[in-house]
Amino acid sequence: MFESIDLSLVNWSRAQFALTAMYHWLFVPLTLGTTFMIAMMETIWVRTGKPEWKTMTKFWMTLFGINFAIGVSTGIILEFEFGTNWSNYSWFVGDIFGAPLAIEGIMAFFLESTFIAVMFFGWNKVGKKFHLLSSWLVAIGANLSALWILVANAWMQHPVGTVFNPETARNEMTSFWEVLFSPVAINKFLHTITSGFVLSAIFVIGISGWFLLKKRHIVMARKSILVAAIFGLLSSAALIITGDGSAKQVARVQPMKLAAMEGLNDGIEGAGLILFGIVTNNEDYPDNDRMKKIAMRVEVPKALSFLSYADFNAFVPGINDLIDGNEKYGIMSAHEKIKRGKVAVEKLTIFKDARKNGDTQKAEELKELLISDDFQENYFKYLGYGHVNDTSFLIPNIAITFYSFHIMVMLGFWFVVVFVLALWYLHKGTLHKQRWFLWLSLLSIPLAYLASELGWLVAEFGRQPWVIQDLMPTTTAVSNINASSVKITFTLFAIIFTTLLIAEIKIMVRQIKIGPKHEEKGGQK
Amino acid sequence: MIAAISYPLLQEYWWAIISLLGALLVFLMFVQGGQSLLYTVGKSKMQRTMLVNSLGRKWEFTFTTLVTFGGAFFASFPLFYATSFGGAYWVWMAILFSFILQAVSYEFRSKPANFLGSKTYEVFLFINGLMGTILIGTAVGTFFNGAQFSLNDYNQVTWQTGARGLEAVLNIHNVALGLTVFFLARVLALQYFNNSIDNKEISLRVRLQLWVNSIPFLVFFLYFVIALLLKDGFAYDPDTLEVSMERYKYWHNFIEMPLLLIGFLAGVVLVIWGIFSDMFFKPGKGIWFSGAGTIITVFCLFLLAGYNNTCYYPSVYDMQSSLNIRNSSSSEFTLGVMSIVSLLVPFVVAYIWFAWKAINTKKIDENEMNEGGHKY
Ligand code: HDD
Ligand code: HEM
Ligand code: HEM
Repeated sequence: MFESIDLSLVNWSRAQFALTAMYHWLFVPLTLGTTFMIAMMETIWVRTGKPEWKTMTKFWMTLFGINFAIGVSTGIILEFEFGTNWSNYSWFVGDIFGAPLAIEGIMAFFLESTFIAVMFFGWNKVGKKFHLLSSWLVAIGANLSALWILVANAWMQHPVGTVFNPETARNEMTSFWEVLFSPVAINKFLHTITSGFVLSAIFVIGISGWFLLKKRHIVMARKSILVAAIFGLLSSAALIITGDGSAKQVARVQPMKLAAMEGLNDGIEGAGLILFGIVTNNEDYPDNDRMKKIAMRVEVPKALSFLSYADFNAFVPGINDLIDGNEKYGIMSAHEKIKRGKVAVEKLTIFKDARKNGDTQKAEELKELLISDDFQENYFKYLGYGHVNDTSFLIPNIAITFYSFHIMVMLGFWFVVVFVLALWYLHKGTLHKQRWFLWLSLLSIPLAYLASELGWLVAEFGRQPWVIQDLMPTTTAVSNINASSVKITFTLFAIIFTTLLIAEIKIMVRQIKIGPKHEEKGGQK
Repeated sequence: MIAAISYPLLQEYWWAIISLLGALLVFLMFVQGGQSLLYTVGKSKMQRTMLVNSLGRKWEFTFTTLVTFGGAFFASFPLFYATSFGGAYWVWMAILFSFILQAVSYEFRSKPANFLGSKTYEVFLFINGLMGTILIGTAVGTFFNGAQFSLNDYNQVTWQTGARGLEAVLNIHNVALGLTVFFLARVLALQYFNNSIDNKEISLRVRLQLWVNSIPFLVFFLYFVIALLLKDGFAYDPDTLEVSMERYKYWHNFIEMPLLLIGFLAGVVLVIWGIFSDMFFKPGKGIWFSGAGTIITVFCLFLLAGYNNTCYYPSVYDMQSSLNIRNSSSSEFTLGVMSIVSLLVPFVVAYIWFAWKAINTKKIDENEMNEGGHKY
């Protein structure tokens, strides 16, 4: 049903989406977390009336404002790119996928942008209480933005609440609640926002640490660190729990991604979790360079089984089990899925031809079959496999998925160390003397961004070749344009976003050097 | 409740919502219009700062409306989203680029160490003011004048020109609409300046500029409307969805939907009345009339494009590929869900109104710009 595939077009389109999404994601996590910390700081100010809390609130707000502007400008591109670059995808799933995007605009973006105006311009115009409420609404609005887009993303990782409609040749929604409350969506949402909280906490601690190193704004810096370390530590706990939850979901709905995350070729019971390893070429598969081997591995025995299935002895399928099938564990082979996918494509083509030729009787008969539960469940569910000819196509990039996953997890534990040490030294009153620690916190800022981007690489590279798991390969999702157009827009995006990023960083650094404007007591009506 | 509403009615309801969002967007593009006037109206740095700040408190709304317009279109008429965005690639990309530049410019313009210099950000704002309005207007023109695409059995689009949508600017009717939107946005911006800035020199220049921009606005608008009424349109048969040409389709639509005609005319009168009121009576109040008039007029124009069995996105290459609200919409279920969500819209409008009132108690003047609060 899809025409010939231009691989260079697909790859440029992927590169463009990756570029713009990764830029967007440089700015979003800070919004997710700082807005909450700002609201907390302001709450303390309203409660205690102590001017230093207002100073802090305003200082972090300024940094947030700079970050927000560029977050918005990168976001709009993504939304329209679904149409411009993935138009087949947009039609195929627009019935389901469009809804969260629209709800996001109506529910979240307006909330955020309206109350941001009050937050920035309302200081001397609205009452304290109303201003505080606005700050909280901004935080809630920002996190609601995350909710809806992640529901959309979770749906493409694991499509639920949908049936295939042969008349329109697309998937249509049958249950909104299934889409919204899919466990994949819930985990994804919680893990992603908490990752934003952790990043923001590291950001606040790192910058405040720098103030302490420079012996400037000491009071503000210590209080900021206190708020951030508590917030960060609590968020880290949630981050790790939901990270584990995400891994369990991946194991359930995207076993190939899990196998790639761990470089697992042959499934075993009681699989170990790799702590360290190097991805190398695998000579056992001379004509399949997608298969890799993990050398120099250091493993925690049985931990992967436990992490994925909450059972130390559970069987974790490897790449080979997924491709060749494994009867013992009831795993259907990819060959079988391809066969079924081809049946689905073939029947659909016959149906379409019958409609076109005005053979109504034949069309109606076929339709009966196509919309039956049996056909939907056993054939349309594998529709995407109908376009797959070579099973090695089904293996994602192992090196990227593997390294990204492991570095992300390691960093997750490192941030816990940062939060605990910060609280410990604050408690002992020696934080300003621990210069090494303050430097390490500052250096952790880029690491937090790294962890965050890597998480997405796991999620998005790990699901390849699917743009919608089992239903649509990325290769058929792309718009029918020529690759050179996409090359040009890719280059333009790269230039513009990089320039704006440099501007943002310079402005941010300058604002940090300028530091907060100290507030007078009772300066607010 | 929603279950009781029929599928065709849901489709019409969603076309009305899209029309309303489109109408709000055109009105809110006064921000873009204002951006194109920074140097015409603001002769000193301080004056430009006042102009930028008055617009700066509103740019987010325009932007968010654009985003929501896109999202709502995607959700309710995904085939349009796929066809137009994936097909007319370059027009939409050009529009997007100009909006990227806009979004950062307000926040970065007056900040120290901003890398590119204030002037560059003002140029960015100008580019967005010019391209955003003209190109969006031109793109909307294709709702009446058609575009060059075809769809296959699986509803996948093939665009027929190498210019990927930019060819729309070769059609004088589309461009007329683009320029109408451009000059209208400038007129609205001038009225908005009158309403929100307290500065003698600025008001004087605004007065002159009102003349300079209203006249071309009216000329292009009249041209577009007359051409529209004389045009053949793409009608479809509601039962078979077969598309055929109909002479004077849009004229017929007005006659067959008299409420639209009345709304349209009333909207136009309001716009003109608002302009007059700023020119000859009390400057500062005109924006309310012209703003409301703009919303009503554009709303009616969109309805005209999609109701009464008209194809709202005609294909001049392959007539039968033309999109209408029946063949391009989401499923009944999705439209139903989205309709429940749309009940939130009045609340959204209410809090926006409330929040604006709370922070717009006083006009912008030089004192406020020197006070040292948050400023662009
Ligand atoms: C500061 C960033 C950060 C940190 C420290 C962690 N994560 Fe994470 N992780 C993310 C930021 C992130 C993310 C960017 O938010 C991702 C990308 C997609 C998503 O759902 O969240 C993600 C994805 C992601 C996925 C893939 C989900 C999918 O494919 O749908 C798994 C399995 C984990 N994470 C697991 C963990 C575990 C066990 C961690 C242990 C500490 C961890 N993450 C720390
Ligand atoms: C790839 C899909 C995505 C699309 C299409 C998208 C779309 C957008 C758009 C259009 C905006 C601008 C909204 C405005 O006008 O105010 C925006 C901003 C935002 N988005 Fe995204 N986004 C995507 C990914 C994400 C993800 C994954 C998250 C969070 C987990 C997120 C969270 C936010 C937030 C919090 C904002 C507010 C602005 C900011 O500070 O960055 N977005 N997004
Ligand atoms: C903001 C955080 C995100 C980042 C950093 C990110 C990153 C990426 C990357 C690296 C790719 C390229 C993968 C490859 O080609 O191998 C990609 C592709 C894609 N992502 Fe994301 N992603 C994010 C969020 C989302 C969300 C929220 C959605 C959907 C709602 C989404 C939808 C897509 C689509 C449609 C593609 C293109 C098709 C494909 O390559 O399969 N992304 N993204």
